[in-house]
Amino acid sequence: MQTFDLGKEGLRALNSSLHALKGQTNMTAWEVVNPKGAHAIAAGVDADVDITVRGSTGYYCAGMNKLATIRIKGSAGPGVAENMMSGTVIIDGNASQYAGATGRGGLLVVKGNASSRCGVSMKGIDIVVHGSIGHMSAFMAQSGNLVVLGDAGDALGDSLYEARLFVRGSVKSLGADCIEKEMRPEHYAILEDLLKRGEADHLAKPREFKRYGSARKLYNFNIDNASAY
Amino acid sequence: MSDFPHTPPRYSATFTPAINAEIRRAAASGIYDIRGGGTKRHLPHFDDLLFLGASISRYPLEGYREKCATDVWLGTRFAKKPIHLDIPVTIAGMSFGALSGPAKEALGRGASAAGTSTTTGDGGMTEEERGHSQTLVYQYLPSRYGMNPDDLRRADAIEVVVGQGAKPGGGGMLLGQKISDRVAMMRNLPKGIDQRSACRHPDWTGPDDLEIKIMEIREITDWEKPIYVKVGGARPYYDTALAVKAGADVVVLDGMQGGTAATQDVFIEHVGMPILACIPLAVKALQDLGMHRKVQLIVSGGIRTGADVAKAMALGADAVAIGTAALVALGDNDPKWEGEYQKLQTTADAYDDWHEGKDPAGITTQDPELFKRFDPILGGRRLKNYLKVMTLEAQTIARACGKNHLHNLEPEDLCSLTIEAAAMAGVPLAGTSWIPGRNGGY
Repeated sequence: MQTFDLGKEGLRALNSSLHALKGQTNMTAWEVVNPKGAHAIAAGVDADVDITVRGSTGYYCAGMNKLATIRIKGSAGPGVAENMMSGTVIIDGNASQYAGATGRGGLLVVKGNASSRCGVSMKGIDIVVHGSIGHMSAFMAQSGNLVVLGDAGDALGDSLYEARLFVRGSVKSLGADCIEKEMRPEHYAILEDLLKRGEADHLAKPREFKRYGSARKLYNFNIDNASAY
Repeated sequence: MSDFPHTPPRYSATFTPAINAEIRRAAASGIYDIRGGGTKRHLPHFDDLLFLGASISRYPLEGYREKCATDVWLGTRFAKKPIHLDIPVTIAGMSFGALSGPAKEALGRGASAAGTSTTTGDGGMTEEERGHSQTLVYQYLPSRYGMNPDDLRRADAIEVVVGQGAKPGGGGMLLGQKISDRVAMMRNLPKGIDQRSACRHPDWTGPDDLEIKIMEIREITDWEKPIYVKVGGARPYYDTALAVKAGADVVVLDGMQGGTAATQDVFIEHVGMPILACIPLAVKALQDLGMHRKVQLIVSGGIRTGADVAKAMALGADAVAIGTAALVALGDNDPKWEGEYQKLQTTADAYDDWHEGKDPAGITTQDPELFKRFDPILGGRRLKNYLKVMTLEAQTIARACGKNHLHNLEPEDLCSLTIEAAAMAGVPLAGTSWIPGRNGGY
């Protein structure tokens, strides 16, 4: 286990060390102490390593992550795991706005709540939120899966494309072109897998969720839909 | 019939035939007009400025003997690896999707041969472009189509796009007919849908967030790459100051003459400011912060000739960017395709329906049959020639003003032909020392 004291050694030294791990296999376990809400902790990692951050993080922790498993033993600031490509990010506490924004792959797990715009413009990432999510979540979401064990705020899935949204609790309102859809066997299978990998299979069952997705009415401009734009 | 002559037909200056035609089109279709390119209205522009040239108080440099340098460094503020270009004319961001792969290749070929950079666009980085561009700027856009850390790291600079001159405050649009399999795959979207690009970034709002976002990008790229911030010509003084405060290495300022692949005509024609009005405000912001020449300023929007380059630089820019002019150099709107333009109910030099994907020149299209009309090697050669000519023209003017580097051009080398240009550019009306809006002078 490599222990890195962020308070003493600084962010640049941390990220430089983590970036240097690409292609290496002998230092796979890292612990970051004294994060003190710093921004861009473990951003741009491209290695199959396990990083545990002991405390809360600022903006863009695990940004553009590839391959790494990053555990935040606290809460995460805005844009956690933004544009993640692969790997896993697990947050013990809450996540601020834009969690998993534009993520293209990998798995983001929020064990608390996630704020507004969770999964905004997501492009293939899977997100599992044990608690609730804020307004405008999954706005313009393109692909991937968003699983919410709690409730969703206003305008869920506004203008979304092909992303799948699964919500167990209430949805305050649906955004433009977002509708409830039928749960088919393949969706239960997706949920079962994500609940397991998202460490939530002891908290909820697939049959307790509803699925939301695009009505695909806004995919091509139509003057008759002008009021929806 | 009276023997008196009839009053001749008189067109309204308000309800012109063109305005009436648009009213009829809107009434028939119920849809606003979408087109490519920049504003087509007459605006105060570089044509309204003249260089004074040398005289008794200034001596010129010999055109064929004395050197006038043209190189420029970009990104010297924070980046470990700033960019050095041979000429200060760069290629602006244009997306793969809006342009064909061969067109992007030609831009790379031409720019590299001329010693300058090219820029990606909203569709991500293509191999054609990276492979043929010696210096490639990778745009970081609100849509984040194709965004990934590997491309960030293989770029030579990163341009965080906040806005563009054709549509400050607006997002992008790529209509379904241009969403081919390859474009759809790069953007993670279904084929054939109208693809919208967001007008705001998904994970930051405001200048304080931008500072953190830039810091994140620097961390991901180990502080190697210059970070540009591109803004449309809306509030250039404050946008420039805020971009500097947020940590930009380079500010890219795009006036309303700058083109777009597609947006509403009403947006193109009625939002934003002409580049002539933008440059002095951005330069003043840099000077007020003590950052002029430390944070470099690239300006764009209606740059066509070496004279435009020289005038932009005399007003304080470090470099310029061209988009529409580069497409014309490649062969866009060439009269040799007039028959084809006529079939599209337009004419050469007026064709702007780039979003429809039917470009007779094979440049703004994703149709493989139309691709065949465009030779990227020849297109690259044409672009190189054009860039060289622009540079020679700018050098000619700079030498006439006694300058041994384009960066030594200054506002004192200029006068204005119109009151509007004098006020906007901050250089005196020709024959006077009058700059409207400033104290003193006459």
